[in-house]
Amino acid sequence: MNPYRKDFPILNQDPTIYLDNAATSQKPQSVLAAEQAFYEQTNANPLRGFYDRSIRATEVLEEARRSVQHFVGAAEPEEILFTKNATEGLNLVAYSYGLSHFHESDEILISIQEHHSNILPWQMVAQQTGAQLKYLECEADGRFLPEKIQAAFSERTRLVAMTHVSNIMGRVNPIDEIVRQARTCGAVVVLDAAQSVPHMPVSVRELDVDFMAFSGHKMLGPMGIGVLYGKRKLLDAMPPFLRGGEMMESVTREGAVFAPLPHKFEAGTIPVAGVVGLQAAIRYLEAVGWEELMRREEACTRIALEGLLKIPHVRVLGSEKAVEHGGIITFVVDGVHPHDVSAILNEDHIAVRAGHHCAQPLTRHLGLTATTRASFAFYNTEEEAEAFVKSVKTVRRRMGYAE
Amino acid sequence: MPNRSFYHEILTEHNLHPMHKHPLPEANVVLDGVNPSCGDEITLQLRLEEGKILEGAFVGEGCAISQASVDIMLDQIIGQDIEFARRRLRLFLRMIQGEADEAEIEELEEASALRDISHMPARVKCAVLGWHTLEEALDKV
Repeated sequence: MNPYRKDFPILNQDPTIYLDNAATSQKPQSVLAAEQAFYEQTNANPLRGFYDRSIRATEVLEEARRSVQHFVGAAEPEEILFTKNATEGLNLVAYSYGLSHFHESDEILISIQEHHSNILPWQMVAQQTGAQLKYLECEADGRFLPEKIQAAFSERTRLVAMTHVSNIMGRVNPIDEIVRQARTCGAVVVLDAAQSVPHMPVSVRELDVDFMAFSGHKMLGPMGIGVLYGKRKLLDAMPPFLRGGEMMESVTREGAVFAPLPHKFEAGTIPVAGVVGLQAAIRYLEAVGWEELMRREEACTRIALEGLLKIPHVRVLGSEKAVEHGGIITFVVDGVHPHDVSAILNEDHIAVRAGHHCAQPLTRHLGLTATTRASFAFYNTEEEAEAFVKSVKTVRRRMGYAE
Repeated sequence: MPNRSFYHEILTEHNLHPMHKHPLPEANVVLDGVNPSCGDEITLQLRLEEGKILEGAFVGEGCAISQASVDIMLDQIIGQDIEFARRRLRLFLRMIQGEADEAEIEELEEASALRDISHMPARVKCAVLGWHTLEEALDKV
């Protein structure tokens, strides 16, 4: 029996087998309670008021910032910026750092595995600055070969933006090799950690990346709160992304002096209830522990992967080893469109994602137009993984094929 | 939760063994229809003469709903005049929007197999792809 399921109200509401955790995770009661408690007991606009309650709201916000700082191993709390989600964090780097630093002779390197949120901002930067956008390609099984990584960099590479774990492959990418190459040409490294932070320990200090973005809602936290980590010396030198309240020290008719970090990048009122919810999510994850979490996710992944590999006419993308899937199983069923696969699984009350998963260039690179994806969390059970395999086994027959 | 399959025989048959999925070199009206978000892609080919649809076919790929729907549609309009096709088209779209009554749905014959699509918003665009392409094609004439 899985001891964590009782903590998630939605898991006990109906018999849905929820296997779309890479899209968004479910939320434990402690996260929901933390948000509600903020509004019931502490609500005031932080940073602005001189009365006790506003001061308390400010303390709550800054305490949560320190929780996030320790969670990702950042050197100081000012390097943690609250955003809406990973998408906003990546856009912040593109608009603020990208537009102010690049010129025509520069190259921006991204990988073919990127989510659209780590492609479109860089296409915009390339169009507006004249910099060239280059792609690092992966093998059919999702691996990045060292020689191809090396060849993708040049002395003109100024920035490399890459996903830590692809939302289709689930494999952990060789970020250490990327950082090593980036250092030789003086490029900054932007890491999209939306799929890694919820499933494994991630330390910005150990990885030595310059920026890292992730979303709260994929890691048990509320929707609408995310984090951008940035090295202080880079953030200090960057112009603000959004301009408005509480991000400046003084404003005259002609100009403004911007506030110091982190508030320079947090214009407008921060959703503190969301921040507090994210802090509760971090506490929940830490209480479960990475070893336990990864063991449970891997057990489900193994059942799903080994089960699917035995079904004729079913092909799984990526590695043949469960441990290299990060809980993500993306597959195709011969002759059945992924939208139909997911609709049939839905008839068995199994929720999986179908489509291009916001990573069209990767899907095309693999010679496909769409795929179906099941993604596991530690609160999923081995019985759920078995039910998933059993359902996939019936798909072709239910679509009118003889086998 | 109810557990009845949407993928019944009419749909799977038209998807796996479409009657009208082939090139039609004699076509004089040809139009592409695409659902960019799903990757459904069809090319509708018609041979029209004096207000009548003499022949019709399609090529392309997509999910079972898009493929079966266009095949069923061609079944119903080949050999008919354009006005009949336009009436069918309006009726089908009304059914998909959940506005058609029982008598009207019955009039749609096999196309009524797609009636439950009105409860599946994400799949509506698959079901109407062929029909919208037909509408555009007829508007061009």
